This record gives sequence, structure tokens and C-alpha cells, in this order.
Amino acid sequence: MPSADRTEHDQRPSPDALLEAAAQEGRGKLKIFLGAAPGVGKTYEMLLAAQAKLREGVDVVIGVVETHGRRETEALVAGFEAVPRRQVDYKGRTLAEMDLDRILLRRPQLVLVDELAHTNAPGGRHPKRYLDVEELLTAGIDVYTTLNIQHVESLNDVVAQITRIRVRETVPDSILDHAADIEVVDLSPEDLIQRLKEGKVYVPHQAERAVRHYFKPGNLTALRELALRRTAQRVDEQMLTYMRQHAISGPWAAGERVLVCVSEALEGGGLVRYAKRLADRLHAPWTALYVETARYHGMTEQERDRIADCLRLAEKLGGEAITIPGGRIADDVVSYAHANNITHIVLGKSERSRWFEMLHGSVVHDLVRRAGNISVHVIAGGGEGAVPAKTVATRERSEGVDPRPYVATVAIIVAALGVGLALKQFLSVQNIGLVFLTGILVSAIRFGLLPSLFACLVSVLVYNFFFLPPIYTFTIAHPENVVALFFFLIVAVIASNLAGRTREQVLTARSRARTTQELFAFSRKLAGIGTLDDLLWATVYQIASMLKVRVVLLLPTGVTIAVRAGYPPEDQLDEADLAAAQWTWEHNRAAGRGADTLPGAKRLFLPLRTGRAPIGVLGIDRDEPGPPLTPDGRRLLDALADQAAVAIERITLVEDIDRARVTAETERLRVALLTSVSHDLRTPLASIIGSLTSLRSYGKSYDDATRETLMATIQAEAERLNRFIGNLLDMTRLEAGAIELKPEPEELAEIVGTALQRAGKLLAEHRVAVDLAPDLPLVRVDYLLLEQALFNLLDNAAKYAPPGTLVRIAARREAASVAIEVSDEGPGIPTSDLERIFDKFYRVKQQDRQRAGTGLGLAICRGFVAAMGGTITAANRSDRSGAVFTIRLPAVSAAAAVEAAF
Amino acid sequence: MARRATILVVDDEPAIRRLLRTSLVGQGYDVIEAEDGSAALAAVEREKPDLVILDLGLPDLGGIAVIRSLRQRSTLPIIVLSVRDDERGKVEALDLGADDYVTKPFGVDELVARIRTALRHRFQAQGEKPLFVSGDLAIDLVRRSVRRGGEEVHLSPKEYDLLAELVANAGKVLTHRHILNKVWGPAHTEDAQYLRVFIRNLRHKLEPDPGRPQHILTEPGVGYRLREGA
Repeated sequence: MPSADRTEHDQRPSPDALLEAAAQEGRGKLKIFLGAAPGVGKTYEMLLAAQAKLREGVDVVIGVVETHGRRETEALVAGFEAVPRRQVDYKGRTLAEMDLDRILLRRPQLVLVDELAHTNAPGGRHPKRYLDVEELLTAGIDVYTTLNIQHVESLNDVVAQITRIRVRETVPDSILDHAADIEVVDLSPEDLIQRLKEGKVYVPHQAERAVRHYFKPGNLTALRELALRRTAQRVDEQMLTYMRQHAISGPWAAGERVLVCVSEALEGGGLVRYAKRLADRLHAPWTALYVETARYHGMTEQERDRIADCLRLAEKLGGEAITIPGGRIADDVVSYAHANNITHIVLGKSERSRWFEMLHGSVVHDLVRRAGNISVHVIAGGGEGAVPAKTVATRERSEGVDPRPYVATVAIIVAALGVGLALKQFLSVQNIGLVFLTGILVSAIRFGLLPSLFACLVSVLVYNFFFLPPIYTFTIAHPENVVALFFFLIVAVIASNLAGRTREQVLTARSRARTTQELFAFSRKLAGIGTLDDLLWATVYQIASMLKVRVVLLLPTGVTIAVRAGYPPEDQLDEADLAAAQWTWEHNRAAGRGADTLPGAKRLFLPLRTGRAPIGVLGIDRDEPGPPLTPDGRRLLDALADQAAVAIERITLVEDIDRARVTAETERLRVALLTSVSHDLRTPLASIIGSLTSLRSYGKSYDDATRETLMATIQAEAERLNRFIGNLLDMTRLEAGAIELKPEPEELAEIVGTALQRAGKLLAEHRVAVDLAPDLPLVRVDYLLLEQALFNLLDNAAKYAPPGTLVRIAARREAASVAIEVSDEGPGIPTSDLERIFDKFYRVKQQDRQRAGTGLGLAICRGFVAAMGGTITAANRSDRSGAVFTIRLPAVSAAAAVEAAF
Repeated sequence: MARRATILVVDDEPAIRRLLRTSLVGQGYDVIEAEDGSAALAAVEREKPDLVILDLGLPDLGGIAVIRSLRQRSTLPIIVLSVRDDERGKVEALDLGADDYVTKPFGVDELVARIRTALRHRFQAQGEKPLFVSGDLAIDLVRRSVRRGGEEVHLSPKEYDLLAELVANAGKVLTHRHILNKVWGPAHTEDAQYLRVFIRNLRHKLEPDPGRPQHILTEPGVGYRLREGA
């Protein structure tokens, strides 16, 4: 082999690449006509390409194409079938939106959808047109679309910096990454400006001035370069994908990893996008990291939302989002980076004051100093509003100032004043300050920073008014008292600050501990649950009680999805909710109230998934208007849902395995039953019919002895048939759970006697010994079941032990039970079969032949004995060859009542 | 017997009726047939048979209903044909007044023995034989003496009461409930353990091999039967 030196592993196509290729299969193909700016002729190019397809015989329709009144474009449109648009009334205007459902119904091979970044009018299924396109692709329909470079999510800030216009409508980069084809529609800036002057570029009236500014040669050149570069990068990716799919060893992913540190500062979105571009250039995986310190709890909801949104944006752009708890941010970031082989750290330039940095130290400086061989990229702030809208809106926390801590604080100060007045004779004026300081500390520890600062203020005034001469005025006579008051103020502020912060940390730790504890308890609970229904119930109950919301949980049933659990219990969803749940299930994305898709639904639906597959859908709803979750709640829900999803998956997998096992077992039994029935029914019938025909035809010529033999055969075989049918019936009753137990205190000797009597004929050629201990107590059993079990054991012994040998039934008392042994002097049981002989239709094979028997007798024994609360075991005799079966049954305590009967 | 006894066979299976007719006529009985419960009740009115062989699993009324109906008007002996696993049905039939039962599939010899016992009890109903002899066992109900191989056997009063009840119905099956009611009284019909213990004691005193009783036979799940003397 020429390439023997390359290991096999190296040449294997990357599984990820193949998986991705497989995922693309069955989906429609997306072709994007990408332009640097409006007016370059994207729509025109798209229509030209579509016409070529039409001529090839492809079924092409127009979903939506904006001609903006251009004649050349209109001429091209005329050749196509256009799916009628949906008329939407919005704020008194009628908008014509693409009719997604009608296109899906029409099912063309290729549909033309202009302006990918378009925002749909409210009331549609999706807020964004690219989501419509996603759905078309998922349905297997090819799509041609147009897009301007400024609408690409990761380039959004760059474009804004170049043109000073921030575009609100963005399309995620993943759309470009997954497009089958990107065609750059290129026009030199001079030509484009020329076209603009000729009025060939559509410009909305209200934005005319801004647009004029936009179309400057410098801007256009930069945008053109962006478009070409983005396309080149995409070509690069395609090349890499091709190489990986075909196992060509190449230069990708050389161990670079990018980490971006997210904070509550405004520039978060820009930072994340920068990291994404950096990672793309390096072909490196990247991670967005937030270090959650005690400060987090002091943040406003906007700040928390910004962090959550940055993390979500990172996930949307293909990165990983991680939150770790921490103290000193720089230390935590560096240790995380080292632990995860990070090679580049991206963070924002601090916008804090010099004063703040002197007090707290600068994260940037610390990081740079400690980063070692990790490159640190410090990025300047990217202007306002850099973070895109949230995918799932969350509820604002009702903030409002709670007056109670302040009232209590005033009370504390009044108390301090009282103490101070009481101690006035004994203490110097300066020392009375300590009394107030104590009050301030109490306030800080009980109520946190703000009330304690309020306490400082009040204390200073009170202290001054009541104690510093001249008293009962706010003026101070002695300069030394001014100094004292000044230091009192400083000490008070610092002390209250420290105490307040300690309190915050304690609260943070406590609330985290509580949440962690609850999550831990939940996971322990999940681990102990055996059935799916219990699990679903536990899940909805936990979510409902931890988040104070109403919860429904839906699982797939075939193609649709149906409610399986709810808290408070809920069986049915209305039409809109069901549609949103179904959409969430099919697209694995949030839908409903507060989400992008179908926001009209009453509930918010979130996919429930594990790393392997989607599992189901969670629906959340609460009485208050607005989005149903707080940001904290959303984060907690994710943790709960992840645990539940894994547990649900575990149980469904176990159920699948069980089902498969049962199916296999059923199949084995079915085959065994057929074999058994055909053999065990036919053999005795053959003897009976044979003997009978013989008697009828030649009976007169036989002597008495022959006739007697034939008739005995008929009787014996008929009885055997009867036993076999009895066994089948017993087995059926056992399996159907239709055994009617009538346990009564019974005399064991009596049962043994009956069994022996019934087995008399079978054991005619054996010797039988009965050895029952004289002190046997009564046993609480069903007479007939135990008799049948014993009979089957005797039958078994008669079959396997040779004639003339001894079959022995013995019984003795053992502590609280009675043991009954049936032993024979046959060949015994192969050790490997000791357990299996109690299986249905299992028969021990001996050398070449199989004993006549049904393979049911011992299975029935075990079933009956178990039904009576006893056990049966098989073993080989230790003193000689032979099998011994032992039945153990609970004994009845010697009934004193019996004595009364004399 | 001077006159041939008439037996009514009630079974919905023609094959079983044919078998019984052939076997019983061969044994010297007159046989009439009915294939369901209402036909059976009509036949009893019309033909006045001496004994009824009744299948419990009839298509219309059900054997139990037929017994109930018959017992309202006569003490006509009834032998029930039953299947395995229907001990509850047997016990119910016996408690309602059926005289005996045979389990399908049955041997004709066994059935004929039951018929003979039932007919004899019918004709003897008034004057009981005071002396019961079976093998080495001799029981004199008048003198309250029990002898085994000529030796007097000492029994406790309850043991004797139990034995006397069995002797009075020798050859017939007696349900647990019937015996408990007769010997211990109506308050003890569910106290089956009394019966177990006393039967064991009786067997130890009367049977040559108590493990394989020859006199006091167990009818599994139903009751006991004292084997008749030869």
C-alpha cells in the first residue's frame, strides 16, 4: 500500500463533517445573492438565475420580490408564477407579506424570496423573514434570496462604524454558513453612485438624507470589501468542509481557542461579535464567559439582561456560553483559560473611572499581567444598543423602593439616640458617636448598603443636633467637633459599606446554596423515579413550585405532540398554544408568549432536549401579563429542564430496551409454544387414534391381553393429554394474573397424600418414600396450587429418574417456614441449567434425546409457589447423583384457637 | 333394585350425552336427555326421574340456577358435572344441595359409583344403617363405639361427632362448610383449621398409613368423603 505510513484513523472522514452533510440531506438548498449595498442589482441577478432554472424545467415560483418599480426587474418577474401575498392590516396600513403557508402548500422546487433581512408585520408566524426561509428549507424547498452585507449579524458593528448607520434588521451568520451557495453581486462604487443619481436605486423618502450619506465612495468601497471577504471566508469554509468530508488532511483548527469575557457593560454585543470574527479567522472554537461575582445581585435587571443576552448571542453565533462563580475576575478568567487551553482572550476596555480602578484594581491590567502566553485583545466600546433583541423576552423585576428598611433604620437611630441621651452624663460627646455607629452597623447588616448609608446621614444630623454644642441646632461651635464629626462620617460610611457588602455576599451565597440544594434534591428525586408518569409529574411540580408558574409538559406521540403532565393539572391546550408547542417541537426553538415565533400563544414553549436529541416541550405561563419568566427564572428553568430531559431520556431508553426485550421474549415463547403444542398434543393423539383404529378394525382377532394393552394405552395417553392441557391452562392463568388464591391453613401431609395419589400411575415403576417430620405446623397455602406444584415435581422425577429408583418426599420445619423436598435418583441437572429449568418451555437436553414433556411443569411450580409467597429452588444431590427440588413456605404459628375446639 | 332407575342427563354437548346414555343404559338405567336448563326443569316435571346428572356450564340458566330451582321443590339427587379449576362452582353447587360431583374428564366407573351411592342414600334416607363397616373399621352409631381391627379406638367427643357425620353420609362428598356447620355449629363455618387438625387426628387413629388415607379421603378444594364399605 503506498500510504501505509498514514494511519487508518487519519484518513477517516471526520464524523462531524459527515453528520452535517447528512443533516443537509432532505433540506432545501439556499442560494444567497449577496450585495455590498442596495442597488447593486441583487434582485435582478436572482431573477436571471431563476429564469435559467425555469428553462431547465425546474418548478420555480416567486414568494416575494420587490421590484421597486424598476422596469427591467418587472419585465423579468412577468415570466414567473407568483404566490399571492398575504394582506396584513397593521396600524391602519395594509402590508403585503409573503404567504408562508400557501408556499408550503404549493410545494414548488424553488422559491424566490427577496430581502432576507426583512422584518415581518406582527401577527405572522415568524417575526423575521429568514425564519420563514428556514422553514421553507426544512420543508425541502430550495430558496433563492438576496441580502446586503450590512445585515449580517457579526458584521453589524463594523458596518455601523463605517457608515454611521446602525441597521436594526440582522440575519444570523449561521444562515450564511449553511447556505449552499453565495453569489456576490458586485458593482464598482462609481457605477453604483451613477445608478443612484439616475434614480435607479430605490430610496425610501423619509431616509433620503441618510441614504445619500451612506452612498459615499469610501463607504461603498469598505462595504464591497466586507462582502467579498465574507464570501471568501465562506468559500474557505466550504473548502475545509470538503477536505474534512473527504479526509484530506489539512490546516484547520490548529489548537487555537478564543475566550470572550462578558460583562454587564454596554459594549457586550460588539465584543462577542468581535470574538466570533476572530475565532472564524483562526478556525477556532470560542467561548463566552461570564464570571458571576457578588456584584451580580446588586445589578439592575437591564444589566442582568445584557449579560444573559450576550451569552445568548454567543450561542446564536455558534460559540459556547458559560457562567462561572468567582471572586476576583482576572484570576478566575485566567485559571479558566489555562484549564481550557485558551489562546486568545477578548475583553472590553474598562469604562470605569480612575478612582474606581485605584480602589478595585483594573481587570484589564490584572489580566494582561497574568495571562502569560495567552494573547489578550482589549476592544474599545462599540456604542449604544449593541446587543440584539432577546430571543425570549423576560419579565422586568418589580423594582420600586421598599420603605420598610428605612422606617426600621429610623427606629434604630431613634433607639441609639435614646441610649445616647441616657448615657450622656457618663460618656464624652465623642464616645456617644460609637452608639450611633453601632446603630448604623445593625442597619447595614440587617438591610444592606442603601438603608445603612441612609442611617449614616440621619445619624450625623441627629448626632449633631442633640449632642454637639450648641445642642438643638445644626451648627457646631468647636472646630475639634467638626473634625470628630467628619471622621465619624468617614468611619460610618466605610463600616456600613463593608457590612452591607458582607450581607450581600451572605445573601448571594445563601440563595445560591438554596438553589443548588433544591436542584440537587430534584436530581436525587429524579434518579429514584422508575416510571415516566411519576417523572413527568415530579418535573412539572418542581418547576411550578420553584418558579411560581403554571407548567405543562408535552411529549411526542407519533408525529404530533400531546400534553403528558401539567401542574396545576392540565390536559388540553387551546389551538394557538398547541400550534406553538408543535412548532417548538419541530424546530427545537422557543415559541409563544415572549418569544419570536407565534407570540400570540398564551404560554411560552421551550424545547426540552438533551445533548443527543429533543425530548419534548415545556409550556410556561402565569397570571401576570408580560413575559412569563424573570431572567433568573429563565436560567433556573434551563437547569431544571436539562436535568429533567436527561432523566426522561433515561427512562424512555429503558422502556425501549424493555419493550425490545419483551418482544424478543414473546417471539421465543411463541415459537416454543407452537413447537410444544404441535408435539405434545399430537403425540398422545397419535397413540389414541392409532390404538382405536387398531381396535375397531382388528379388535375381534386380538386376544384379550392385546385388547387390554391397547385400551390401557388409550387411557394413559388420554390422561397425558389431559395433563398437558391442564398445564397450558395453568400457565395461561398464571400469565394472565388470574390465579385465584384461596389460602387456608392446611395439613401438609394431606396435600402430599393427594399429590401422591394422583401421581400414582406415573410413579408405578418407581419406589416412593414419604418422610414428613411429626411436628410439622399447618401451612397457609392454596391446597390445589400446592398439590399441583408437588404433582408436577413428582411428574418431573418420574420422567427423569430411571425406573426402580427411589423418589422421596420429605418435609421439615425451618424457623418460620416449612421446607418440602422432592428428590430423585436420576442423572441430576446440569449446573448451567439450574436456574433455566424454571423457564417456560425449557427442557434439559440429555445426550441425544429429549424427554417427553411440555417444559411447563416447573415453570408452573415456580409460578404457583411464588403466588403463595414461597420459593422453589433446584439443586443436585450431594450424596449421589440426582436432583432435589426444595419448596419453602411460610408456616402458620400453632393456632391456639384450635385447642378451644376440643 | 326392583325397578330400573331413570336418570336425566343435562349437558349441552351431544358427545357427552351420547357417552352417558351408552354407558348408563349398559349399566341398567333408563336415560332421558335435556340440553339446557329450562328443558331440564321441564323434563323433571314431566318424567319424574330418580336422579339428575347436571353439567354446571349450561348455555341458558346455568347449572347453579337449575339446582336452586330443583331444590325448591324436591330432594331429587343431583350429581354435578364440573371442570377442573372450578372448585368454587363445585362447592357452591354442593352447598346449594347437590349430592355429589364428578370432574370432567371423568371415568365412567367413577360416575357409576357416585350414582349408586346417591340413589342408595335417597332410598335409605329414612332408616339409617346403625352399623358402618369398611375394611378393618367398624363403627356402631347406636353404641357410639369405634373399633379398628377389633380394638376399641378412643375418640374425643368432637372427633366422634365428626366421624359420625362422615359415616351418616358415607360415600358422599361433604364440603368443609357443611361439616363445620354440623359439627362445630353455624358460628364456625369459616374455621377450616379446626377441620384440618381433627381430620389429622382421626386419620392417625383410624388409618393404617395416615399419609395415604384409605378411609377418610380428601376432595381437593372441596371437602372430605368417607369411603363406603365393600
